[in-house]
Amino acid sequence: MSVSRWLLLAVALVAACAAGLALGPVPIVLGDVMRALIGAGEPQTIAIVRDLRLSRVVLAMITGAGLGMSGAALQGTLRNALAEPYLLGVSGGAAVGAVLAVVAGLTAALALPVAAFAGAACAVLLVLLVARAARGRADPRILLMAGVVVGAFANAAIMVLLAGAAEGTVRSALWWMMGSVAGADWVTIRWLTLYALGGGVALVAVARDIDLLALGEDAAAGLGVHVAAATRRIFLLAALLAAVTVAGAGLVGFVGLIVPALARALGVRRAREVLLASAVLGAALVVGADVVARTVRAPAELPLGAVTALIGVPFFLVRLRRVS
Amino acid sequence: MISVSNAVVRYPGARDNALDGASFEARPGCVTAVVGPNGSGKSTVVRTLIGQVELASGSMRVGTVDVARADRRALARTLAVVTQREELTFSLPVRDYVMLGRYPHHGAWSTLGPADATLVDAAAARTGAAELMDRRTDELSGGEWQRVRLARALAQGGDVLVLDEPGTFLDVAHEMALFELLDALARGGRTVLLVSHQLNLVARFAAHIVLLDHGRVVAAGSPADVMRGEVLEPVYHWPLVISRDPAVGAPVLVPLRRR
Repeated sequence: MSVSRWLLLAVALVAACAAGLALGPVPIVLGDVMRALIGAGEPQTIAIVRDLRLSRVVLAMITGAGLGMSGAALQGTLRNALAEPYLLGVSGGAAVGAVLAVVAGLTAALALPVAAFAGAACAVLLVLLVARAARGRADPRILLMAGVVVGAFANAAIMVLLAGAAEGTVRSALWWMMGSVAGADWVTIRWLTLYALGGGVALVAVARDIDLLALGEDAAAGLGVHVAAATRRIFLLAALLAAVTVAGAGLVGFVGLIVPALARALGVRRAREVLLASAVLGAALVVGADVVARTVRAPAELPLGAVTALIGVPFFLVRLRRVS
Repeated sequence: MISVSNAVVRYPGARDNALDGASFEARPGCVTAVVGPNGSGKSTVVRTLIGQVELASGSMRVGTVDVARADRRALARTLAVVTQREELTFSLPVRDYVMLGRYPHHGAWSTLGPADATLVDAAAARTGAAELMDRRTDELSGGEWQRVRLARALAQGGDVLVLDEPGTFLDVAHEMALFELLDALARGGRTVLLVSHQLNLVARFAAHIVLLDHGRVVAAGSPADVMRGEVLEPVYHWPLVISRDPAVGAPVLVPLRRR
């Protein structure tokens, strides 16, 4: 992809972040935002920008980047333009893992993503087993059906687990199922960043395997890919990234579907570039979606997942037509 | 050179062995063809060579390398495979696609350079795909796609080439052009192993034919040795006669209508 298009992506991300810091129930002009970021200006403005909005923007960036990369990896490896962590039930599995950890009292910022990852890995395995049992791994729609079923099961499990939990001690079922980047604390964000960076770098390192697996398993094997091991590695990394986003922001759907498609529409083809472009675009999209979530009905906030679904569902229908 | 020795493969849950003690060789300098009815084990040979299927016993070697123990990426620098089908979900510029043939020569972080581009161009020129390089894979006809896939295999740079049903979906002219090209590549010193249903085509281009049935080699030798009614009829369970190609004298199989 040309340098100018990468610049375009960077500009989109910076613009989304600027909007994320400036817009909200109390609009702040960009000059004051910049001053507040370096600790100058009115204390109230500094508090809003640095304590309330910056953490939201950073968490939204991690969430978007993680979902974008996870979707890009799953789409390439499964040769399925409809694959993404939310629709495949991977995010749902992660949410069940995280909720189980919370209900069991394991709320450390370090532990939550690990529990979510365990749930996500189980969900990946389950979806692939269901699809294989239906002999439909090659059919994008069967895989998706398996994912939707696993996702529905996950939602039910979250409701059951949280129904008995004490009010106030755990986040609500709605928070997990519809997603939000509100109320993020910096300790949590630091751990999430670490996990997301690790997963992202590891995915970029196996990007060539994704390129070759996109040709089909036998063709990839003929080009020197150890298919079973490489596929397992990529699925686990995609699950890890999805789990990080779920631990930080709950279920945010469709980002992993939209973003790699946008990257390809920009002319990106090689898996490494698709992954990187998806990270940047995903970050910009979720930061932007969060701005929408907290401004359109201010002072009330929409769930973040509702906003991405409103964008994502029409997009999905268009893609589905093309795939079928 | 490819050497298959007493190869036995059994798929999980299958009643019979897919390969049942098959032994044969494909030598450099000529086209070797593996033929046989559906389910005779032809494609299993290819899938075992690329490590997608494990041998229960016996061995397969490419040169001196045992494929069961080989480092897959190192093997891909010697052995290139054009599989039966390949449909890209996400289309690529043809040049990028042929460039994938250079991946086995690079680690995760090394970049593909001008040397790779030169080899890719040479491979494309060899298969007549040079003028397709600026197109996209989803714009190609069946014949063009096969030429591009063969270019990718040549770009891998090895001297052993395996093709599974390369003539499928090709019209007569494209099919003949492809087989002439494979013949020329073999004469240039490569080992070419062809898995095919098209007995008549194979009989005109292959120096050595291996006939598989139920995973066993039931006949092997020159086209004249294998293309005989008493050899083929029991394998295909169909009445047939053998005629001659008027140009090169190769045997031609004519399956008879049932009366």
